[in-house]
Amino acid sequence: MKAKFLVPLFIFLLLAGFLGYGLKLNPRELPSVLIDKPAPQFRLAQLSAPDVAIANADMRGQVWLLNVWASWCVACRQEHPVLNGFSRQKVVPLIGLNYKDGADDAKAWLREHGDPYDTSLVDADGRVGIDFGVYGVPETFLIDQAGVIRYKHIGPVTPEAVRDVLLPKIAELKRAG
Amino acid sequence: MRVDLMRRLALVVALLVPPAAFAAEAEPLAADPALEERVMQLSHMLRCLVCQNQSIAESNAPLAVDLRNQVREQFVAGKDEDAVVEYLVARYGDFVLYLPPFKGTTLVLWLGPVLLLIGGAGWLAWRLRRRVTEAAPPLTNDERARAAALLDGTANTSQEPRS
Repeated sequence: MKAKFLVPLFIFLLLAGFLGYGLKLNPRELPSVLIDKPAPQFRLAQLSAPDVAIANADMRGQVWLLNVWASWCVACRQEHPVLNGFSRQKVVPLIGLNYKDGADDAKAWLREHGDPYDTSLVDADGRVGIDFGVYGVPETFLIDQAGVIRYKHIGPVTPEAVRDVLLPKIAELKRAG
Repeated sequence: MRVDLMRRLALVVALLVPPAAFAAEAEPLAADPALEERVMQLSHMLRCLVCQNQSIAESNAPLAVDLRNQVREQFVAGKDEDAVVEYLVARYGDFVLYLPPFKGTTLVLWLGPVLLLIGGAGWLAWRLRRRVTEAAPPLTNDERARAAALLDGTANTSQEPRS
């Protein structure tokens, strides 16, 4: 066979192709198993009003965003201006999940950086975070009228993610509902 | 010799001490050592999602600590290993398992190495068999005569043999 010397080259190209594709994948972005499943049950006190708890049922009938944040989370600083801008558009309610944080730290952080949240729920021991499959803060969940998780954004929300993904998905859900 | 041996022993002890000292800093164990054994055994099979190449038994990431506590709590509540694994998979997906289940999406993962092994062995067998059948052709009389001459030392060595 004349073309035998091409075999190693072919194998190399095949491997290079696979490895090159692998370089572009982000191992930190794991597909959530909760997509298209009902959001886990929660009943949490609000940061600003510890006596008034919010549960899933309170959010029924509307599309809303749940943003997991903490004052110790560095990447949250990065996404915070984006969230501030997003909440000014008043598209959907933006609920914060204050994950494993101290109440005083969290309040001070919101005073310093602005508070885009309609309210923030206190998940001091991270239990609700685990129920939502949170493994890195920030994470953002899009939840529909029936309380089903429709989309999860992992890592800081960027202006592009809001424009190209979140807003179209929200519009679609609102149309469907 | 004895001194040498003692030195070596001292080295081994010195190398063992730091991890032991480090272990003492870990979170306090549950009161029940048997329970703790179960927790650790299961934790070794679960991947930490923050530092993805460590199990939640090895990792000290806050999430790993939380998940270990969850495992412990559920054991205390009377759940068995399967129920706890199910609980975690429902939240984090098969990715938390170091031993992924055998199903459609993991077919290549499970069968790929076996197929590669069979394919490689088959290729090797084919090559070896071909090598046997392709044994070198017997020498011609001419070549035989030249070989005999070379062995006798009567051949003209300055002359390059023609093939």
